[in-house]
Amino acid sequence: MSSIAAAPPQNRAPGFWASTNGKKIVMAVTGAILFAFVVGHLAGNLQIYEGPQKLNAYGRFLHSIGELLWPVRILLLTCVGLHITATAQLALRAKRARPVGYSRRQAIASSYASRTMYWSGPIVLAFVIFHLLNLTAGYIHPGGAFVEGDVYHNVVSGFQVWWVSAWYIFSIGLLGLHLRHGLWSMFQSVGIHQPRYAAAMKSAAFAIALLIVLGYISIPISVLLGLVK
Amino acid sequence: MRLTLKIWRQKGAADKGGFVRYPVDRVDGEMSMLECLDVLNESLIEKGEEPIAFEHDCREGICGSCGFMIGGVAHGPMPATTVCQLTMRHFKDGQELVIEPWRAAAFPVIKDLIVDRRAFDRIIASGGYISVSTGNAPDGNAHPVGKEMADRAMDAAACIGCGACVAACPNASAALFTGAKIAHLNLLPQGKPEKDRRALRMVGQMNAEGFGNCTNIGECTAVCPKEIPLEVIAIMNRDYLRASVVRREELVAAIAPVSGWDVGGKS
Repeated sequence: MSSIAAAPPQNRAPGFWASTNGKKIVMAVTGAILFAFVVGHLAGNLQIYEGPQKLNAYGRFLHSIGELLWPVRILLLTCVGLHITATAQLALRAKRARPVGYSRRQAIASSYASRTMYWSGPIVLAFVIFHLLNLTAGYIHPGGAFVEGDVYHNVVSGFQVWWVSAWYIFSIGLLGLHLRHGLWSMFQSVGIHQPRYAAAMKSAAFAIALLIVLGYISIPISVLLGLVK
Repeated sequence: MRLTLKIWRQKGAADKGGFVRYPVDRVDGEMSMLECLDVLNESLIEKGEEPIAFEHDCREGICGSCGFMIGGVAHGPMPATTVCQLTMRHFKDGQELVIEPWRAAAFPVIKDLIVDRRAFDRIIASGGYISVSTGNAPDGNAHPVGKEMADRAMDAAACIGCGACVAACPNASAALFTGAKIAHLNLLPQGKPEKDRRALRMVGQMNAEGFGNCTNIGECTAVCPKEIPLEVIAIMNRDYLRASVVRREELVAAIAPVSGWDVGGKS
């Protein structure tokens, strides 16, 4: 024991969280959990096509399982916090890693989605905050009164305001871009890469992101077109 | 062929540096990029000016000495090519080429197009070795290695450490380099005894140097003259994650970066 304590290392190597690799693993895991939420939330939302009773019953059901609702919310908030903290720290580190920029730089292989993660992420966050105030808390609800518990009414009257729908569609589009890169990148970060499946995984990430975008934006579009009222 | 070379000139680490335009006449299509710079340097020497400093050694694409940005792309526009093997026929008559050094905090400029890449040496020193018994040479084929695994290790070992991956990465990340160096030993039975420690130490050293993080976008592998696959980064992440979980010993020490180019040598 004394031999271990004798010579403390002069320069400690960065630990798991301090390393860029560790932070990316945290981002991959939290990203996967948030993706699971995005899928679950979409599945719930699509019940709007089954009419007011069904959607409002679903809303009541979520609130009735209070013991489960808050742990899930805390988990999601923790994931959001960790995901953003890691990103912010990595972004600052990346900035320090190249103090003098190039006079010219040309991207030759990376996708647009992968290069704009630092933009799509914060905009989606701003949207999520607005979205919670708009349809969960009801503090910002243009387009009529917010009725606690009447989910169907709140959604339809909310989306009848054109700019609420436009902002929603724009943000979901960015979420799609974010997922398009993130869904593939999370596997790479935790060390899963099989060249035989790499192309298929990238295509699958694109397809899943596209399906999610189409699923979500179908709701404001249906409201604006008057298909759901 | 006439070309205009807009080249980054910087006297030393303390100098601010800036671009200087050099018209070069009589560029032959068969010349390499470095030979084109040789021709330009001859004319600069004749005029009594300071020649452009650039690193080079083998001039056959295997030593990893040469490399700079041409028109915003590391090692220029041709895939799987170092600047010593990039022939001038790929450029058009009258074209202007912007030539500048790798840009990264971990690669400080020494002079003109030469950067200090000793951060790479320290990453290799921290874990790029295997334990072998001294004495008689071991029997050939004492360690059975499958052909597929040998090929994968060889693909990773093809890395020449030129630094183009760091240069091309928007985050100045050394993930492809470190991944290649970890993968080529960790995939083989000879690398097994130090596998976990290698992953921890080399990743630790990479993070102790001022490199950025990997965002898995793939610019590195696209400019890599040896086409090191992105898979090596996943191998690094996998081995690092595993080693972080199973490790029993205290955190490994990182090799302290030596500051200043002339520290440690006789002046």
